[in-house]
Amino acid sequence: MTPNTHHAIALVNARLIDPESGYDGPGSVIIAEGVIADVIFSDVPPSGSADYKVIDCDGNLVCPGLIDLRVKTGEPGHEQKETLKSASLAAAAGGVTSIVVQPDTHPVIDEPAMVDFILRRARDIELVHVYPAGAATKGCDGKTMAEIGLMNEAGALYFTDVDQPIINTKVFGRVLSYAGGFGALVAHRPKEPWLSDGAVATSGEMASRMGLSGVSALAERIALERDLAMVELTGARLLVDQISTAASVETLKRTKAKGLEVYASVSINHLVFNEFDIGDYRTFYRLDPPLRAESDRVALVDAVEDGVIDVIVSNHCPAPAEDKRLPFSQATPGAIGLQTLLAALIGLHFDREIPLIDLLRAVTINPANILGLDAGRLKKGAPADIILVDVDAPFALREKDILSKSKNSPFENRTLQGKVLKTLVDGRIVYTTE
Amino acid sequence: MTDFTDQIRERLLPFPKRHFIASQDLDPPDIMALLDLADLFVDMNRRSTKKLDLLKGRTQVNLFFENSTRTQSSFELAGKRLGADTVNMSAKTSSVAKGETLIDTAVTLNAMKPDLLVVRHSASGAAELLSQKVGCCVINAGDGQHQHPTQALLDMLSIRRAFGHVDGLTVAICGDVGHSRVARSNVILLNAMGANVRLVGPATLIPGDADQWGCEVYHDMREGIAGANVVMMLRLQLERMDGAFIPSTREYFRFFGLDREKLQVAAKNVRVMHPGPMNRGVEIDSEVADDLSISLIQDQVEMGVAARMAVLASLAARLEAEGK
Repeated sequence: MTPNTHHAIALVNARLIDPESGYDGPGSVIIAEGVIADVIFSDVPPSGSADYKVIDCDGNLVCPGLIDLRVKTGEPGHEQKETLKSASLAAAAGGVTSIVVQPDTHPVIDEPAMVDFILRRARDIELVHVYPAGAATKGCDGKTMAEIGLMNEAGALYFTDVDQPIINTKVFGRVLSYAGGFGALVAHRPKEPWLSDGAVATSGEMASRMGLSGVSALAERIALERDLAMVELTGARLLVDQISTAASVETLKRTKAKGLEVYASVSINHLVFNEFDIGDYRTFYRLDPPLRAESDRVALVDAVEDGVIDVIVSNHCPAPAEDKRLPFSQATPGAIGLQTLLAALIGLHFDREIPLIDLLRAVTINPANILGLDAGRLKKGAPADIILVDVDAPFALREKDILSKSKNSPFENRTLQGKVLKTLVDGRIVYTTE
Repeated sequence: MTDFTDQIRERLLPFPKRHFIASQDLDPPDIMALLDLADLFVDMNRRSTKKLDLLKGRTQVNLFFENSTRTQSSFELAGKRLGADTVNMSAKTSSVAKGETLIDTAVTLNAMKPDLLVVRHSASGAAELLSQKVGCCVINAGDGQHQHPTQALLDMLSIRRAFGHVDGLTVAICGDVGHSRVARSNVILLNAMGANVRLVGPATLIPGDADQWGCEVYHDMREGIAGANVVMMLRLQLERMDGAFIPSTREYFRFFGLDREKLQVAAKNVRVMHPGPMNRGVEIDSEVADDLSISLIQDQVEMGVAARMAVLASLAARLEAEGK
């Protein structure tokens, strides 16, 4: 890392995409003192002979760094899977400049000292921004409320029990109201616990032929309907943590039409893959929620384009070989995704002809606004979290290129498109291709 | 004492209702009359001889199904100072412990012909139910999460004596409003007296529709007590908490405990109240609770006896007027 915070940088001759202003066109960005000093939304080069280092972008894409609000590492407690440092390196290489780490670590991030621990470690690592989410209940036990107020004050960005749904509706309602009183955001997985129990795939022709126990895609909607009814009851804000089915999209649309403060995320995996990808029992496709039908995938992509789904996450879940080299049903669910999130989005843009700006919105300005961050935009005064990307460059992801400690990437050996050339965080270059 | 007795008889009016179950039993003129009367009892209670014979020959039964030291002794003293024969019955020693229903207890007690029945019960509506089954006057000394109207009356007395008036004051009631009968009784009396009432507490401890009680609701304590003349703290019912309503007492104290720092945003002449018993270091910092220049907590206890004397005397006057 070069301590070049004080040197002004000018990124000139770029294609700028700024989802906040809706701009996609030629321009330049001037960076000084770690923030965006100026943005020129035209092909006129910056005037004057100011003392800055000029980087000619050669027409490549310059946009806000990605904000990934659902990342797991193994720190603290399971550092063999992933550390905050290895996750930060993968993020920087993938053009992700802010990550929100999940609280289901060992110990669980359920009190202010743990929030402080994560923030302090991130400051020492000094790569990308690392923010913790706090547990909604103590030890993610679903029973007793965690110290949401104190963690909120300490810097936790939202509150979640991660993959554990809060089964007790009364507790869930109280968590929503209590957090709402502090203006804090709660995220919750719509996972129907009894139907999902023991399931490793989506029920249907594919799962039954493969002999895998499945859960109906409707199980997610059942849980979602409860969660959204509780939002209506309490008037609190909720981030629906990953929807994965067409039925959930319909439910979500209906609730959003009522004007409730509900946001939803989807994992990149559910936008790119479907249940056929589990065909050869490859455990890197064993995910939670499980991969769905092609019709679900298409409905999710449409929902991102329509803005019904607000946020795309990598749902980065590192699982080392000992957790994955197992029969499909015994393997730990999850896939890494920090390093491939952007390339997968660019692939989606080319395959589906979705404007890139609509996809980038779900990984920049939307998560920034939901979390109250001033990053995620090309705006004077905003933190200089910026990436330079060659959207046309193809590459194949090899295991040796994976920076995460765990290598469970479903994109391994696939050809991807869109290479990150430079990643800047607070004006510092934290990643660059030579 | 004769001069006192005359003054008291002059101000004594029959109670507007047969029973005192809830704050809404009183209209603003009734409240003023009771407070004026109570003022006289305060003076009397400060003398060395504190005995009158207004309730001579009357029997007062204090029926407490819930443990209470402060309220029960306050009612007992009030009755004794007015000359009544007072009997204390607690649920532990009564036949309730043997499985008697509330109505059977009421019928049994009624047969003993008491004149005044002071009742506390853990169930909302218990005082109302008793009042329908007995011939005497029933005074609600706290029923579940419903009301505790004499507490509200003594709070009015404390506030009026501190400020000279209640109308126009901003009163912030803070803490566990949801479980508090004190809060419910106070909101009604304060509104009747023309105060601006605010409710302050975490969203889990304030009923969702409390904004329809004629109050403003705040979930941020500094905003809620900004400019307040009176900050009325409520007891956090720790036995009901266990992580369900609030995560921990340290978090509660941090955001909703009253300390000097938070109190700085209140009005300069702010007074702090608490119905007791206090959880020091949970809802209130000792430094504030014990500062006699701002704390009315000791006064509240003193006013309690006088306010209850006013209620008992007025109810007896009503019995007398009815020829009973």
